[in-house]
Amino acid sequence: MDWSAINPILLLASLMVAATPIILASVGELIVERAGVLNLGVEGMMITGAVCGFIVAVNSGSPWLGFIGAAVGGAILSLLFGFLTQFLLSNQVATGLALTLFGLGLSALMGQSYVGIKAPEFADWHIPLLGDIPVLGPILFQHDPMVYVGLGLVAAVWAFLKFSRAGLILRAVGENHEAAHALGYHVVRVRMLAIMFGGACAGLGGAYLSLVRVPQWTEGMTAGAGWIALAIVVFASWKPLRLLLGAYLFGGVTVLQLNLQAAGMAIPVEYLSMSPYLATIAVLVIMRAGRAPGSLGQSFHASR
Amino acid sequence: MITLEKRSQPSRVWAFAAPVMAVVLTMLCGGLLFAALGKSPVETIRTIFFDPLFSEFAWFYRPQLLIKGAPLVLIAIGLSFGFRAGIWNIGAEGQYIVGAICGAAVGLAFYPTESIFIFPLMIVAGILGGTLWALIPGILKVKFDTNEILVSLMLVYVAEQLLASMALGALRNPDGMGFPGSRNLAKYDSASSWISENAGMHWGVVLAFVAVIFAYVTLSRHLFGFQVRLAGQSPRAARFGGVNPQALVLICMAISGGLAGAAGLFEVAGPAGQISIDFNVGYGFTAIIVAFLGRLHPIGILLAAGLMALTYIGGEIAQSNLGLPGAAIQLMQGMLLFFLLMVDVLSNYRLRLGKKAIV
Repeated sequence: MDWSAINPILLLASLMVAATPIILASVGELIVERAGVLNLGVEGMMITGAVCGFIVAVNSGSPWLGFIGAAVGGAILSLLFGFLTQFLLSNQVATGLALTLFGLGLSALMGQSYVGIKAPEFADWHIPLLGDIPVLGPILFQHDPMVYVGLGLVAAVWAFLKFSRAGLILRAVGENHEAAHALGYHVVRVRMLAIMFGGACAGLGGAYLSLVRVPQWTEGMTAGAGWIALAIVVFASWKPLRLLLGAYLFGGVTVLQLNLQAAGMAIPVEYLSMSPYLATIAVLVIMRAGRAPGSLGQSFHASR
Repeated sequence: MITLEKRSQPSRVWAFAAPVMAVVLTMLCGGLLFAALGKSPVETIRTIFFDPLFSEFAWFYRPQLLIKGAPLVLIAIGLSFGFRAGIWNIGAEGQYIVGAICGAAVGLAFYPTESIFIFPLMIVAGILGGTLWALIPGILKVKFDTNEILVSLMLVYVAEQLLASMALGALRNPDGMGFPGSRNLAKYDSASSWISENAGMHWGVVLAFVAVIFAYVTLSRHLFGFQVRLAGQSPRAARFGGVNPQALVLICMAISGGLAGAAGLFEVAGPAGQISIDFNVGYGFTAIIVAFLGRLHPIGILLAAGLMALTYIGGEIAQSNLGLPGAAIQLMQGMLLFFLLMVDVLSNYRLRLGKKAIV
């Protein structure tokens, strides 16, 4: 095999890109889980976002509108989950699975006439000055804007949970919904908002795949990215900053195996393609998760 | 304002009525969907739900019901044990694939010898393959407290890659002129799972019925079934009652994996015929819907699998005769699970109409 085919600067730069959809989806799910809701439908919301974003972007010619469309699409789909789990008190695990199956079918149907079309160009930013730094410039400061939106979202979520009053209420609802309810907070309202935020973020993550990373629409194109995002939330012990570590680790494995494939490594392609999934399992095993939010996955019903 | 009031006991009437109502709602909503796609709703619904059973070509479709239903029953029965106990194996698709690979590998190893021992050996290999694949998330859960949902699901993607590598590499038909895919097991007498191809009977169908009876007896008459139900309804009571939660995880994972593996083997040695890159068509995921629609009860699962098989067959007919997109059927199956979960609120809660009291 040809080691010189692997350029470490390009490798690190594409690592940032590979990690972005996971960052976007998992930061949304982190908020959802901190509010005490386990939404296993990330994969379904992601793929719906991917197709919504793609359709809007192709028809409007603007990737930015595409991302907005994807966020709206993901949020609308997540409302379905929210309605079932919060108002009809259905089992969250089963409902999340249903959302994924539903989303996969819905996206395949919506995207039928969009297979094989190319997405409108989404240009990379070349940040002045910073982008010109040798080595660090191409790795950190010459990406498309969504990479920075993802990083910004993580920082915003971190600050929101740590410093804001609303963040405190959200955490209280997630830790002990009975107590939060007794204090007069609207548990269901907080959770619905969190679920919608999660859906919008998952939609953005999906659209990043269909508009930037691939950039095309194919059926089932998320290929488990939503599930990996869920795993990364556990890995991060429900802490926003550790999320970045997990996502970059995953992005690193993905990019490395793609590079090894291209460099003609002696291992068959299929085994290299397994590696991101195996790495996710390994990470789940090695990293003992921290304490999950106290009310995670439980239904709340204000009974008298 | 409508409010919900918790029932002291889940309603028995709604336990039966909810799945029926969910099916009716799905038909209504599906009709709207088909209308939106520019198809006649009545005709499409009739094509999907009635034509496979009652049209003039029904003699051709009825055997298909057994072929599509058997793997769904096998997998869903296995899943129902874990789901009842709160153990979420959702990677049945992976266990199905690995079972098929292991079973087929044993069969292919004996090719072209003919012996009555080959097929039983393949079944054993299929069950073992599925069991071991399912035990990976089981053991990781017991030893490292990892989430079995995520691990079992990740292993589906790994299994799909493994399948691709087998179809292109180790198990490829040496006489296949380089095309991907193994030898045709259904045409190799000692390895074929067919009993009567025209009647749609293969050994998987037989085992599916055996599994239903076995599960029914276990869940209603045996101590293990009691422990499964207890662990699901009240984990704390189960611990006091002497249930070993770790053993329960492993046993439930092994049962579901073994049955999924067996289903994979019967499929690959019969209806599918060979190991190919995409011989699996998502039965492992559809079986999750079947298990819930059947209320995690063996008889219910049998009926639900029949209904799901019907939508597969009817969906294919609608696809070829009416030009209905295949994804529409997938969407309808997802819709069915949603409606079921939605209607289910009525079995645990009573609706109260009237002014909302101050809470």
